[in-house]
Amino acid sequence: MNLAAAIRERLAALDPQSMDLLDESGKHAGHAGAKAGGSHFRLTIVSPRFSGKDQITRHRMVYEVLGPLMQRDIHALAIRAFAPDEL
Amino acid sequence: MDAQERIRQQVTGNPVVLYMKGTPQFPQCGFSASAVQILKACGVERVFTVNVLEEPEIRQGIKEYANWPTIPQLYVNGEFVGGSDIMREMYQSGELQKLLTGEKTPS
Repeated sequence: MNLAAAIRERLAALDPQSMDLLDESGKHAGHAGAKAGGSHFRLTIVSPRFSGKDQITRHRMVYEVLGPLMQRDIHALAIRAFAPDEL
Repeated sequence: MDAQERIRQQVTGNPVVLYMKGTPQFPQCGFSASAVQILKACGVERVFTVNVLEEPEIRQGIKEYANWPTIPQLYVNGEFVGGSDIMREMYQSGELQKLLTGEKTPS
């Protein structure tokens, strides 16, 4: 399973209504953090679980479900997290 | 002094602290560069920056300090504010400027 698929699978734990995961690794080819490849992502995620929670909490929820992927495999992850009624 | 204690002293001893990769003049990462730009756009004149690439213990320690796995990290008055995505959202909504207004040196 590639990294993007692994990320999507873990994020499913947040019951997302929708999510958009963009692999931007190509933009970073050549710089030190990109050596391993496939490690820069941009995530937009919508989940009812984010309702009533501030952004710090939402980002922490994302980081938490990603667990070791965040420490080991993902070099960079930009996050936009919304509750359904914020769209 | 261990890393956690050093971090505590840095964030409580300075009104605005940014942990970043590289320096404001030469950021070594796009997210850190963006964080510096946002602070500039807010008119913040004095930021205490820590280049985590030169401080491996802080680089690891700061992730534990805020329970936040990524860098950059912004602190205002000792409180963790967020990383570059949150800084951008707060800047666009005007919230960050409000938070930082009290920190500007009077001109």
